[in-house]
Amino acid sequence: MRFGVVVFPGSNCEQDCYYVLDSVLGQRVDYVWHEETSLRGYDCIILPGGFSYGDYLRSGAIAHFSPVMKAVADFADKGGYVIGICNGFQILLEAGLLPGAMMRNSGLKFICKFVNIRVETTNTPWTNAAYHRQVLRIPIAHNEGNYQVPDDVLFEMKDRGQIVFRYCSPEGGIFPEYNPNGSRENIAGICSREGNILGMMPHPERASESILGSSDGLYIWRSILNHCGADIASV
Amino acid sequence: MASAKVYVTLKEGIADPQGLTIMRALKSLGYEEVEDLRVGKYIELKISGYDARRIAERVREMSERLLANPIIEDYRVEVEE
Repeated sequence: MRFGVVVFPGSNCEQDCYYVLDSVLGQRVDYVWHEETSLRGYDCIILPGGFSYGDYLRSGAIAHFSPVMKAVADFADKGGYVIGICNGFQILLEAGLLPGAMMRNSGLKFICKFVNIRVETTNTPWTNAAYHRQVLRIPIAHNEGNYQVPDDVLFEMKDRGQIVFRYCSPEGGIFPEYNPNGSRENIAGICSREGNILGMMPHPERASESILGSSDGLYIWRSILNHCGADIASV
Repeated sequence: MASAKVYVTLKEGIADPQGLTIMRALKSLGYEEVEDLRVGKYIELKISGYDARRIAERVREMSERLLANPIIEDYRVEVEE
């Protein structure tokens, strides 16, 4: 399976994504510079974390107008798989490829720590290797992860199974005290109606080897590889 | 050359943790009379080649597309010739 990791000025998690897919999972990976206008040949595009364009104006607001984002929209429209992690998620929201918007964390602090997230649906290309309500331990690192969405849109999203991850207790309980950033209904990750686009604040690429404290991020990578029928290196 | 001013504010009903924190700080300085405080953005543009009506139209378009995020923010445009 061939992955493209998009690099914007200010991205800083692209090497982690590249490393996990290449060295841990044995997949083909390329960096894709943000000025690229074609994504031909790729099966999955990753918008990595970081601070694209210095987070000026709003996180992801400027990156959304990079030439590559037109190609990403066309790619996704044709059913291509796109995952936006952290800043990548913020860019997908600004681009309107996923519903809602990000606000500053309710505690006004940049939060960098391991959190628990619960798998709300396994019926997506990104979670089929996990079990329903499985708790994954994956780190977050963000200042704007306070996900907000209008009532009517949230209602539709729930109805369609677009809520993919929610912040939870170690046992999988959804309580306000386990919400790190004020995100609506503890939402940590969502997908598009068709499921081919995933946005999530936690960083699965930072939790893909047990030596780093958790390998739960592999459930997400394994899911998309399973879904696409790719060979997986032994992990 | 005309100038346009764009005021971007959070929509009503959207929590503003930053505003709340600043309000608390003011109260702790003794300004107990402050009942609400919301933080927004102020953007100033210098524009030439269009009349005021057209500038207002174009700046509103800029606001919709980039300067504000219409999901969580409102904006107001003022044009001065």
